[in-house]
Amino acid sequence: MTPELYRQLLATTTGALLLTAVLQVWGRSLLRSIALLAVQGAALAALVLTVGLHAGEPEAPLVALLVLVVKSVLLPWAMFRSARLVGETRERAAQVSTAVELIVAAGLTLLAYVVSGPILGPDAAGQAVPVGLSLVLLGFWQLLVRGSAITQLAGFLLLDNGIAAVSFLTSGGLPLTVELGASLDVLLVVLILGVLVVRLQRQQGHADITELRELHD
Amino acid sequence: MAALIWLPLLLPSLLAALGFGLRRRRWTMWLPIAAAAVVLLAGIALLVAVQGSGAVVTGAGLLRADPLSAWLLSVVGAVAVISLWGGLPEPGTEERAGGVHAALLCLFLAAMTLAVTADNLGLMWVAIELTTITTAFLVASGGGRNALEAAWKYVVLGAVGVAIAFLGIVLLSAASQGGGEATLSWTLLLQRAPVLDPALLRVAGALTVLGFATKAGLAPMHAWLPDAHSQAPAPVSGLMSGVLLSVACYAILRVQAVVDAGVGPELMRILLLTGGLLSLAVAAGLVLTQRDYKRLLAYSSIEHMGLLALGAAAGGQLAIAALLLHMLGHGLVKATMFVLAGRISSLTGSHRIADVHGLLQRRPDLGSPFLLGAAALLGLPPFVTFFTEVAIVVAGFSRGLTLPFLAACGLLLLGFAGIARQVLAMTVGAGRVRGAAGGSAASPSTAPGSGWPRRAPVVVALGLTAVLGFAAWPLAGTLLAAVAALGGVR
Repeated sequence: MTPELYRQLLATTTGALLLTAVLQVWGRSLLRSIALLAVQGAALAALVLTVGLHAGEPEAPLVALLVLVVKSVLLPWAMFRSARLVGETRERAAQVSTAVELIVAAGLTLLAYVVSGPILGPDAAGQAVPVGLSLVLLGFWQLLVRGSAITQLAGFLLLDNGIAAVSFLTSGGLPLTVELGASLDVLLVVLILGVLVVRLQRQQGHADITELRELHD
Repeated sequence: MAALIWLPLLLPSLLAALGFGLRRRRWTMWLPIAAAAVVLLAGIALLVAVQGSGAVVTGAGLLRADPLSAWLLSVVGAVAVISLWGGLPEPGTEERAGGVHAALLCLFLAAMTLAVTADNLGLMWVAIELTTITTAFLVASGGGRNALEAAWKYVVLGAVGVAIAFLGIVLLSAASQGGGEATLSWTLLLQRAPVLDPALLRVAGALTVLGFATKAGLAPMHAWLPDAHSQAPAPVSGLMSGVLLSVACYAILRVQAVVDAGVGPELMRILLLTGGLLSLAVAAGLVLTQRDYKRLLAYSSIEHMGLLALGAAAGGQLAIAALLLHMLGHGLVKATMFVLAGRISSLTGSHRIADVHGLLQRRPDLGSPFLLGAAALLGLPPFVTFFTEVAIVVAGFSRGLTLPFLAACGLLLLGFAGIARQVLAMTVGAGRVRGAAGGSAASPSTAPGSGWPRRAPVVVALGLTAVLGFAAWPLAGTLLAAVAALGGVR
């Protein structure tokens, strides 16, 4: 791989990550949000392959395949299944308007570039770390302001994709055992939350979590 | 030797498979107790083994048991035995989905074993996330809206919090590239601490500790804890409050050791002092007006975790040894208290403090251990918690942290007053239990579930806590070895 091609591939994949994240914050349709997650998973897998091949790691294709299967197929499928069982395709009510969300998304991306000073690496991949951090911050933002349980799930996965991106951009990923364990954990968390969403919907007739305010002091 | 690590990992998993397979059989409720006993015995055997021949390493270096791991494993086993034994359903009551429940408990124990024996921080993270996964349905098993709400908050906050820790661990791995191949092995990280990239190490350490602090229930990331611990069935609450929090605290200790060795103790000290004092403040503020006794116990757990964080912030031999002993003392007492709370709520049918009066007179078999356990939670002598709390505070003062520890003493006194007031209202006074099934006719001796098999775990746990403070000298060597395993005294 020539350095020029490597830089271009890095820019394309990280760009796709950021674009899907911003579109996700923008949109209100649950189905489109899930589709965007699938695209984001594929972009992440491409990033993993690029970084791994450039570093000359023999297990790079294997890890990329794992990322592709988990993040682009299994997780979106699990979310789609919960969304279908709950019977919701759009979010009911938004606490914040789309314009505000987009402005905040731009602000968070800028913030990611400002605060990632100490963790920037010396090489091209290390310089792209703020993209991962933006995904983490955007995921947090979704978890904070979105009312639908399904969007909360999407926010959690956005956060997780961001962490994975940071992981591959800074150190070329973790050992395969840890990678496998972590993917399995995230998958199980999403499945469990999916089951809880369905139960929630049966209890209260919709999947909004804004009304979960029974327990307090 | 390596078998002592594999046994408490694999046998509970095997028992879990048995529980899933034979979910309709009533005897499956004994499976978690068997798993807990295995963990306890393996923990004690490991404690003896590692003192003779040093740390045991197996699984291609992924698993490692030093005195600290062995101590934690023993604490997990001991608290689990008390909690699960005491939480056995009363004879004659029917349990639904008992096998699945039992299987999840076994997997929960295996996950905690993995967390304390993993040498790789990534693997430890995977195990801690697994504890959230295995307990999610246990928290929700009460059915109903409240249990569902508690489970939802628990999983979302737990998963997000622990995800932050994962970001920290990823950066730790990046920081380790300075000394050669990137690694997550705790022993290697500690060895290489001086050559780790300091700027990265600071960010990584802060994020990891922040993430695990969510799981440890330290304020301000504690929001899930009172809900989950009050909605879960009694033995699950006992396990979560008694040891899961301590296991998360153990993860913080390990990361703290690496960060302290790399960039000095100031960063971790500030973080842990803030978390500890905030936890004490939250607990002191909310126990006074608490109306639900399971939530009262949950806030008491936040208070104790705050104390552990303060001990970790102080550092040094005395504070860390006291902290480790406190994990055992608090775990045993908290498990007992949740077991008793479960029995009280099956008596009165509610969790409201106002519905429970005069337990000492009405049901002395519940009232007196509840009062004694509360005394132990409050840190009264002769219970071991008295000695460990005093030791942590003394260590804090001797390390020159006068102001924070003065504030801590004040907050502890406030919390003391709050909890004492509530527990006295429940136990002392005229005996009348509102809404009790069967009225006041049932005398203590004939009350259901007051026989010796039901009382034994409570008596054993409280007895152990009472004598541990005086009989801790055989443990001194063990505890000091566990402290030394953290990389020596700083």
